[in-house]
Amino acid sequence: MATEKTYKTPGLIIKKTKLGEADRILTIFTPELGKIQGFAKSVRKPQSKLSGHLEMLTYSQLTLTKGRGLDTIIGSQNIDSFIDIKDDLYRVSYALYIAELIDYFTDEGTADKELFEHTIECLQHMGKTSHPMYLLRYFEMRMLTYTGFKPEINNCVICQKELDRTNLGGFAPSAGGMLCIDCREHSRHYGYFLSNSAYKSLRFLEECGIEDLESEVPDPDTISELEMLLRRYIRFVLEKDVRSIPWIDHLKRLSPTVLY
Amino acid sequence: MDKSILPNDPINNLIRELSGLPGVGPKSAQRITYYLLRSSEAQVTSLADALITLKQKTKLCRICCNVSENDVCSICSNPNRNPALVLIVEQPQDIIALEHSGAYHGRYHVLHGSLSPTEGVGEGDLRIQELMNRLEDGAVQEVIIGTNPTREGETTALYLKTLISPLGIKVTRLARGLPYGSELEYADDTTLSNAFEGRQDF
Repeated sequence: MATEKTYKTPGLIIKKTKLGEADRILTIFTPELGKIQGFAKSVRKPQSKLSGHLEMLTYSQLTLTKGRGLDTIIGSQNIDSFIDIKDDLYRVSYALYIAELIDYFTDEGTADKELFEHTIECLQHMGKTSHPMYLLRYFEMRMLTYTGFKPEINNCVICQKELDRTNLGGFAPSAGGMLCIDCREHSRHYGYFLSNSAYKSLRFLEECGIEDLESEVPDPDTISELEMLLRRYIRFVLEKDVRSIPWIDHLKRLSPTVLY
Repeated sequence: MDKSILPNDPINNLIRELSGLPGVGPKSAQRITYYLLRSSEAQVTSLADALITLKQKTKLCRICCNVSENDVCSICSNPNRNPALVLIVEQPQDIIALEHSGAYHGRYHVLHGSLSPTEGVGEGDLRIQELMNRLEDGAVQEVIIGTNPTREGETTALYLKTLISPLGIKVTRLARGLPYGSELEYADDTTLSNAFEGRQDF
């Protein structure tokens, strides 16, 4: 079957669009080919052999054949379906948020293996962690680093002065990071207030690996503060809203016992 | 073909309208248009009438939100259908498939979609409030969730469960597992894990 026209790649399904009667166009995030689009024929029929291997957020080994326009998916074998998250409304929703961000932050045909591995690692962790909201912040911080949008948090973005808890001015999305107290006064950039504990966590998130993540979990208020801060920054970078955010906020209002 | 450059005459007007329909491309739209041009006036008029009455004479059933000619649909007004059972589906078309199977004798509720946070489809876009109002009076004893076994359908099912369970109503889910006529060899991990969870005494 392996002719010149077919190729294989592992990939994560991050978006699906209905097409015609029973077909779909899938957006697939791959380690070597970057983000690609694939045509999945007849996958909306119950008899489809591929459909379960091509659902949102499944990580599969895919076989595609080159077409004139879109490449067609002709084979798919599950690598990981992240089964741990499937029965948890909150974790599924957070995972969908990850998929949406990946779609926005990647370009078709530009490979980013590190970002790919980071994404899979976070999705695998999503089913196990007791702090899914905190894991999302880790995901965002690393994703920004890999895609070249890492905010400057160690030094003031304007005067380059090294920052510590005595001279924190605030976080300014439009400037690309932290401001010191002096620059916050005089700069045209708006710096959002940031607590010492949130600042400390931000620096920790920048350096820690996923296995150390739970060694220093901040309190829920700090995690919420980080969420708002990164949300503003991501909004500024993308110049548009992330569509799954209203849903995540709705879920938070629904349950007072949401895990941070 | 860029649709916006078509001139605004009757033929191109119809081609433009038809090519906006699902599954109809510009070439099919052209073929249908010229077919209609050759057909008799009576044929075309009856098609046009059918299209207009489709919109004018249908509404949503005020109980189950299925499409209906009357205020209350034929299923909700049928005394032989068990009012204590409500099966929740995504689309009116799902009811057609379920009715064809003849396996169900309760009533339905149509959500008109499924939750898709990444597409911006939230709880307010579905007929969930209508469902909750309907469950208030305590007449319904069991809610069966029949959303599609896709990521969106599953998300919707989990969300409905969190809303309905606190009301003390029994919530069940249509079994998800191996489809009839399929082969085990090709089943995916999620389906197999569901099939194990849902296995029954035999």
